[in-house]
Amino acid sequence: MDEWIDDLRFSIIQQSNHPIFQYFNNLFPQNKSMATKDTFGEGEVWEVFIQKETGAPHEHAGSIHAADPEIALQNARDVFARRGEVVSIWVVPANSITASSPDDSGPFFDPANDKIYRHPQFYHIPKSVKGM
Amino acid sequence: MEALDEIILLERFESRINAGEKIEPKDWMPERYRKQLIRMISQHAHSEVVGMLPEGNWITRAPSLRRKISLLAKVQDEAGHGMYLYSAAETLDVDRRELIEQLLSGQAKYSHIFNYPTLNWADIGVIGWFVDGAAIVNQTMLAKCSYGPYSRANLRICKEENFHKRQGYEIVATMAAGTTEQREMVQDAVNRWWWPSLMMFGPSDNESPNSAELLRWKVKLHSNDELRQRFVDLTVPQSQAVNITLPDPELRYDKKTQHWNFGKINWEEFWNVVKGNGPCNRERLAARQKADDDGAWVREAAVAYTMKRRMNR
Amino acid sequence: MKNGPDHRTKNVLVEFLFRLGDDRLILGHRLSEWCGHAPILEEDIALANIALDLLGQASALLRLAGEIEGKNRAEDDLAYFREATQFTNLQLVEQPNGDFAFTIARLFFFSAFNNLLSERLQKSSIEALAGIAAKGFKESSYHLRHSKEWMLRLGNGTEESHQRMQIAVNELWRFTGEMLAFDEVEEKLQQQNVIPDLNPIAPKWNEIVAAVLTEATIIIPSHQKDGGQAGNHAVSGSRNGFHSEHLGHLLAEMQILARSYPDAKW
Repeated sequence: MDEWIDDLRFSIIQQSNHPIFQYFNNLFPQNKSMATKDTFGEGEVWEVFIQKETGAPHEHAGSIHAADPEIALQNARDVFARRGEVVSIWVVPANSITASSPDDSGPFFDPANDKIYRHPQFYHIPKSVKGM
Repeated sequence: MEALDEIILLERFESRINAGEKIEPKDWMPERYRKQLIRMISQHAHSEVVGMLPEGNWITRAPSLRRKISLLAKVQDEAGHGMYLYSAAETLDVDRRELIEQLLSGQAKYSHIFNYPTLNWADIGVIGWFVDGAAIVNQTMLAKCSYGPYSRANLRICKEENFHKRQGYEIVATMAAGTTEQREMVQDAVNRWWWPSLMMFGPSDNESPNSAELLRWKVKLHSNDELRQRFVDLTVPQSQAVNITLPDPELRYDKKTQHWNFGKINWEEFWNVVKGNGPCNRERLAARQKADDDGAWVREAAVAYTMKRRMNR
Repeated sequence: MKNGPDHRTKNVLVEFLFRLGDDRLILGHRLSEWCGHAPILEEDIALANIALDLLGQASALLRLAGEIEGKNRAEDDLAYFREATQFTNLQLVEQPNGDFAFTIARLFFFSAFNNLLSERLQKSSIEALAGIAAKGFKESSYHLRHSKEWMLRLGNGTEESHQRMQIAVNELWRFTGEMLAFDEVEEKLQQQNVIPDLNPIAPKWNEIVAAVLTEATIIIPSHQKDGGQAGNHAVSGSRNGFHSEHLGHLLAEMQILARSYPDAKW
């Protein structure tokens, strides 16, 4: 048992927030950014999608930070469902999302505008028919 | 050629803003717009997070279970709002860690109001009433700003903060109708918080270097002075309703303009606090630094755990 | 109360409700101390959510206790105007927060207990208690899940987090015995069919805790050579008002305002 107490002391000294390290960081400020990257991660960014009632679509609610999916899910629950009104949550690593770019907007979306045959109004049916 | 492109892009950008369109993260935007937004949004985020401290100071001493629960819920909301705002800032290609480092190093600012101490329970009521009241005036405007993610974050914040101001005002109204000592506590808190609350909107626009640009790009839609006036006009009748005196002998209703005129703000005090010499600047940053330091091994463990699991897969 | 318990059962029931209410009030208070100081913003929110659940349960339980007691004491009178020796919460929950590992391990131990207890109390013949327990069962299921996930992360994370978690578990172990020990209060209520048999809780709790500690690579203190005492004796007596010195300080802070102005409404 004494052995791992010693280990603990050692690992505390390795921590960059230990006063000794703060002292060194002040002496050699360039060390700080390295220590920062390695020891202080906020975790990945996860995009959160919530469903407000069964049958409704999942909608983007915002994002949270977490190191792994399970904690991401719990964080999303705590942040975006703390006032209730949520029945389901998806979390997706933000870097897994591929988005269209604004420059695409013309070629990507305009061509769909003139496909009038995809809209019900394109088709004529006798007025007397109901329930179509 | 590139310079020409830039001019065309800027023209298109400004005409979109004039047409009331929202700018989204991947859209082209002038570097100045991006920088100003990062500065504003991160300051706003830091304010929410540091803002947890003065009110958090009373969670353990709240005088009833109902008050304890609602104060905890409110302070918790501020953490949530800080998160929404950091997320909005992160859409502009900075990461949260970077922003937090800027706060802790003193490089980034947060609202000066949170450098004042909470000395009695009535402060909790008055903060809800004044500070959240002022924040709502500001955020209602920001919910209409031109940058999509910031506008949406503010919209959500405004919805959730509905109860914050009412929570505060209820405390004030209850105490104002209570014992002599309670009335004294409220009046004392009002005296201390009134002027700093007016300063929350920032210096007059002629002296606010960023204002013109922010207004042109609809990051802001009203001037600091307009917002401040709106806050005063809303608050004076609320103070009369609970028989509380606002500490300004020059406060007068102007029938012509239909506004409340108020006295001179002590901007020297404001700049002094902004520069780090307010009553609690050091304590606030020290508390955030301690939380960050004490939490480092936890964040590290969470990351290490993920790495191990990935390797075992 | 119509068709309620007889006079003597009533007193025992009130005592039982104090125990339940005080546990949740004191742990909720301790967790609320984290708000603004947690390791990561997301955890500020999570711990506050759990604290809010517990304070909500405490309010409801103390209100019910006051109503059944019939001495015109509301939940605030009970929370703010009783002395430390009149509180019957576990010593486990009144301990200072320590580091995040200590807070999580304690939350995990208590949530596993709370979850098993609430599950059973849903079957109480006292409708109001069954209702509070049903809510508490759902809430504690989440508390258990959240604390369990952190047990695994800290236990399996870095060398440092592992050691901190092992120390926390060792420190806390001596407080768990009295949590799982029921006395004549619970027995009497069970005999009167007010609550179901609570004796299966202890073995189930041990099962859950052993499984998670094993997965977290934390040595279960009772499996250590000295039987988990780590030089300390298991505590007892808090159900009768015998506490550690920490409770007095916690209450001094919590009750200061309410007690300074006893006639004021807030």
